[in-house]
Amino acid sequence: MAQATGAREKLTRSGSGNGERLFRGVVTAAALLVLLIVAGLGVDLVWESRQSIARFGLGFLSSQRWDPVHQRFGALPYIFGTIVTSLIAIALALFIGVGAALCLSEIAPERLQTPLATLVELLAAIPSVVYGLWGIFVLAPCLRTTVEPFLHNTLGFIPLFSGPQIGIGLLAGGVILAIMILPTVAAISRDVIRAVPREQREAAYALGATRWEVISGVVLPYARSGILGAAILGLGRALGETIAVTMVIGGRPQITHSLFSLGYTIAAVIANEFTEATYQLYLSSLFELGLILLLITMILNVCARLLVWRITRGSPGTVTV
Amino acid sequence: MRPTRHLAMLSALALAAALALACSSNNNNSNKNNTAGTVTQAATQAAATSATSAATKAPGSPTSSSAGTPAGSPAAGSVPMCPPGGSANALTGAGSTFDNPLFSKLFDVYNQQCKVQVNYQSIGSGGGIQQLTQKTVQFGATDAPLTDDQIKAAGGDVLHIPVTIGAVPVGYNLPGVKSGVKLTGDILAKIFLGQITKWNDPALRAINAGVNLPDLDIAVVHRSDGSGTSFILTSYLAAVSPDWKSKVGAATSVEWPVGAGGKGSEGVAGLVKQTPGGIGYFELAYAVQNNITVATLQNQAGKFVDPTADGASAAAAGAIANLPPDLRAVFVNAPGDASYPISGFSWVAINAGQSDPKVASSLVYLLWWVTHDGQKYAKDLSYAPLPDQLQKLDEAQLKKVAVGGKPLLAQ
Repeated sequence: MAQATGAREKLTRSGSGNGERLFRGVVTAAALLVLLIVAGLGVDLVWESRQSIARFGLGFLSSQRWDPVHQRFGALPYIFGTIVTSLIAIALALFIGVGAALCLSEIAPERLQTPLATLVELLAAIPSVVYGLWGIFVLAPCLRTTVEPFLHNTLGFIPLFSGPQIGIGLLAGGVILAIMILPTVAAISRDVIRAVPREQREAAYALGATRWEVISGVVLPYARSGILGAAILGLGRALGETIAVTMVIGGRPQITHSLFSLGYTIAAVIANEFTEATYQLYLSSLFELGLILLLITMILNVCARLLVWRITRGSPGTVTV
Repeated sequence: MRPTRHLAMLSALALAAALALACSSNNNNSNKNNTAGTVTQAATQAAATSATSAATKAPGSPTSSSAGTPAGSPAAGSVPMCPPGGSANALTGAGSTFDNPLFSKLFDVYNQQCKVQVNYQSIGSGGGIQQLTQKTVQFGATDAPLTDDQIKAAGGDVLHIPVTIGAVPVGYNLPGVKSGVKLTGDILAKIFLGQITKWNDPALRAINAGVNLPDLDIAVVHRSDGSGTSFILTSYLAAVSPDWKSKVGAATSVEWPVGAGGKGSEGVAGLVKQTPGGIGYFELAYAVQNNITVATLQNQAGKFVDPTADGASAAAAGAIANLPPDLRAVFVNAPGDASYPISGFSWVAINAGQSDPKVASSLVYLLWWVTHDGQKYAKDLSYAPLPDQLQKLDEAQLKKVAVGGKPLLAQ
């Protein structure tokens, strides 16, 4: 009897040991696969863009010409457009997203919090092309007739807000992107703000802090690394978002000082010209643009990680929750 | 601890987003693979069915040379709609998005009548040419003829077969002007070069007596995506303006001197409609369906012509005398009183030397029908039908298709 029990125990244990090994094998394979995909993508992008790299070298990064007829290609206006629209987007989305998250977790009544949060997250379910059409038919006219003239009249002395007001362009692209990444930023900010321990808030209130003081002195410092993470995630999406931006950016590769002017992004030009890239160098240049976009995203991620490490060192946010 | 872990997850996600995006720019490869898959499947399917039909009918004689098949040697000038028994029952093509609405209709009819299924992927002319070069499709469709280099890459024996004609109307948005604006090639080129910037420019006023042209900036809108429509327009501008030819040139994507880019016809239409003073160009079908106000253009004969399918057919007919034997011609600004000047062919490109007799047979019969009886479906979809003389030229092209040096159709 005792022997039988021992054997059963042994069996069970050895069975679970097999399970352990299987589990470990499966997850390791999954992790390796991800690495393999990343490496494969990188190698493929470099390989496909070899012609353009050989032909233009570093000049590709600094040239402002994009002339498929005369086989001259340069990436600078696209890099500029990509970064500018993404920065506009992240600035707007961070401001609105964190504001909304604070309201949803600190100020709104309990029973409204979940429905409101769901509504914000619903924005993420709208297809990109719908945003684009909305951008052309609603946002752009609104910017042209209301927002841009207002900015021009009040802040026109800053070069950013000078020049003719067309509606479409860098600002429209940035605003569309901001709306698209808003749910990401808001939802994650809300999660990290809710993760701030109740004791911290109560302690601050007990010391006589007002609501504003609690938010600015306790909640935000505690949640800042998480909010930064939300910003990075939003930025990642903004850099690569294609169709909606393509429809309102104006498709004009140029570098200007005004946010009202037309622009172009890397993702947009790839989407626009890939299907009709009729010769190898043209295609290769588009691949190189893709490579540059991948590098920009990677560099941003590394910078953001470094920033997070710096911020979280000695911050209350690192306390185990 | 939790926020940090959360963050690690976020960064991983961000990386994944970057990957996804890199993936999308890498679409070409996956596309190729997909197509390869479809083709293999189609080929296997075809092989399987032809094997069965060969077993039930006449074994070992699948080509049109078989005396048993009704279409064995078609009399000159008349080829039956459907390919002879034993031909492949699936074909794959890729290319021009401009052709897609017409092809959808034609290939649907063909499938119903002849039980030959044509899988057409409208991925753009450039993609069509590439897939033809890589032999992943049996025909490519393109709005711009292949260059000499492209023909060499695709095996050197590429036949250009015009299948339809497109007209490119110029639309505008002028408050208070419902219709009637006239343009000449020279003025249009100057507008797109940024040399004429006001709607009440003296040059415009001179040919538009009676139209109350406002003092408004001209807002040029062009396609931002590579497109056959842009190719036809820029070819026209290069034909009428030496300045445009030397500074910009003609292609599916060019370095536009001025203006904003809209994605697709709907993007251009959206921008033109939203911008007072806007001017843009479209596919004819799109302009007709969306009631876009279009300009009347002066043709080579000096007449002002509205953009219509008939105008485009007339332009093609007017250009036939000057067509090169390989039919690789851009016939913008064609002669003839009724010719609409911004018109162009859309071609199907195939290899003259085919390897598989069953596939070649289906392909040739399909294209014969498309360029002949199939043309009756064109006008309803706002495509211009091919004029008779052009059908004769297409026949000559199709008769060059051969398997192992042996032509498929009677000469």
